[in-house]
Amino acid sequence: MIAPSERKTIARPATPDPLVAFDDVRIGFDEGEILRGVSFRVLAREHLVLLGETGTGKTLTLKLAAGLLRPSRGTVEVLGQQVSSMSEQELLAFRRQIGFVFQEGALFDSLTVEDNVAYRLREDGVAEDQIEPRVREILSFVELEQTLDQLPSELSGGMRRRVSIARALVNRPALVLYDSPTAGLDPVTSQSIITLILRLRDVYGVTALLATHRLQDGFALANFRFDPQTKRVVREFPSARQRPDGTIEPVTRFLVYKDGRIYFEGAPEEIAESRDSYLQRFLV
Amino acid sequence: MREVLTNASQDFLSDVQAYSLMSWQSLTNLASGPRYFQDLLEQMDDIGVGSLPIILLSGLFIGGVMVLQTGSQFVRFGQTALTGDIVSLALVRELGPTLTGILVAGRCASGIASELGSMLVTEQVDAMRAMGTDPSRKLVTPRVLGTILVMPLLTALYDFIGLLGGCIASVFSLRLNAVEFWTRAINALDFGDIMQGMMKPLVYGFIVATVGCYKGLTTRGGTQGVGRSTTQAVVVASVLIIAADLFLTKLSLFLGDKLF
Repeated sequence: MIAPSERKTIARPATPDPLVAFDDVRIGFDEGEILRGVSFRVLAREHLVLLGETGTGKTLTLKLAAGLLRPSRGTVEVLGQQVSSMSEQELLAFRRQIGFVFQEGALFDSLTVEDNVAYRLREDGVAEDQIEPRVREILSFVELEQTLDQLPSELSGGMRRRVSIARALVNRPALVLYDSPTAGLDPVTSQSIITLILRLRDVYGVTALLATHRLQDGFALANFRFDPQTKRVVREFPSARQRPDGTIEPVTRFLVYKDGRIYFEGAPEEIAESRDSYLQRFLV
Repeated sequence: MREVLTNASQDFLSDVQAYSLMSWQSLTNLASGPRYFQDLLEQMDDIGVGSLPIILLSGLFIGGVMVLQTGSQFVRFGQTALTGDIVSLALVRELGPTLTGILVAGRCASGIASELGSMLVTEQVDAMRAMGTDPSRKLVTPRVLGTILVMPLLTALYDFIGLLGGCIASVFSLRLNAVEFWTRAINALDFGDIMQGMMKPLVYGFIVATVGCYKGLTTRGGTQGVGRSTTQAVVVASVLIIAADLFLTKLSLFLGDKLF
């Protein structure tokens, strides 16, 4: 469990500039254009939930934000840097500032849980005596401290996702990109993953883009908060307002894709009250 | 028909270009950091030590077979003593490097392609990139350098074990003296032969590793695609080794005439 006092250690921009800004982004492959002019912004400590049917470009959006793909048109700006115009060498350095949780975890299957989580620290040249406490701390945060020596193949699907989250978080990034973190998991395990994402938001203060096809994941983020004092998830409706110290309250917004374009962008209550037939598909 | 041929040519040229760029980058990575020395040692252990059983066994039997085949002809002219010369020259110049290359291609090009292909389809390569690691430095360069470094060592072992197998066969089959066999085998070789035999494995090692890496990192189509990449890696690497052998032999003979 990370103490609330450690919140200050998280890298977080003080300005209200967007952490992520897509401007008229287009990308396509042999089979045609997938994203057709997508523009949106994500402010610090916001959680943007990307909703859409399979193949609408949710994962592509995350990969574009991480610089794993380049747009054919438009610009992608993340953490104040023009990702879409960086060289591969610049991108490698840039990606160390963000965390990416892949749909199936994408853990290195020949490495133990400890080595998977420590991978990024070793790449950054962190001293070995500092690595183990960091790994234990972060694994303890995802409640998997006992799996240090296990291989990913020995873990359940939910545990692999949690290790993946731990790996993405180990160097305390300001931005985390989640690609369908609850896909293929049973409801109880899905809830534990969402609780973990809430804790990351409310304890670490990370900003996030979360791609999912489950509207309930987005509603859980919007309607609940993790209380670091009581260490429990409590029902609350955070609103988008600026605190006196200039930081932004946690806020969750939805972005719904349809046919490669943004079909809907707005607050959870707007999507819940909408009578639009396409949006209602996600409510069922 | 014309369109099909045009598309196939474009795909082939595109593959050659991507393969050349990847291969070139795998070598230029050595000029700057980060370098993955531990990965290099692991690859040398896997490719070098791991290949020892097949290299030793096949070398022993190939040496024996060569003695039986050549000896049966030399018996007709009463020149069985020449067996050591022939086996030695054939093994060191040609069979040692080429068969080692093909055996390592069968074992390691397939292994590299399937390992990297599996990593690719399970997004482990993307995860590596997402964490700021260059897959070319982390995955390709250690495999290429490791294979290049161990291939001459494996070839030298193959040559030695092949001669040992030839010696055993000649003693028991042709009733030759073991000392005479080894003396003639060693005396038959000059510096140019050894240079030729040690130069080829460097190129073969490069071919095996780069083809394995390229096929692995261009895998398409899930687990079925991994199987396809694995097969293609072995086939392409083996054919390239045999094709390269022709040019390397010509080059070696030319250099041998000029230099030695």
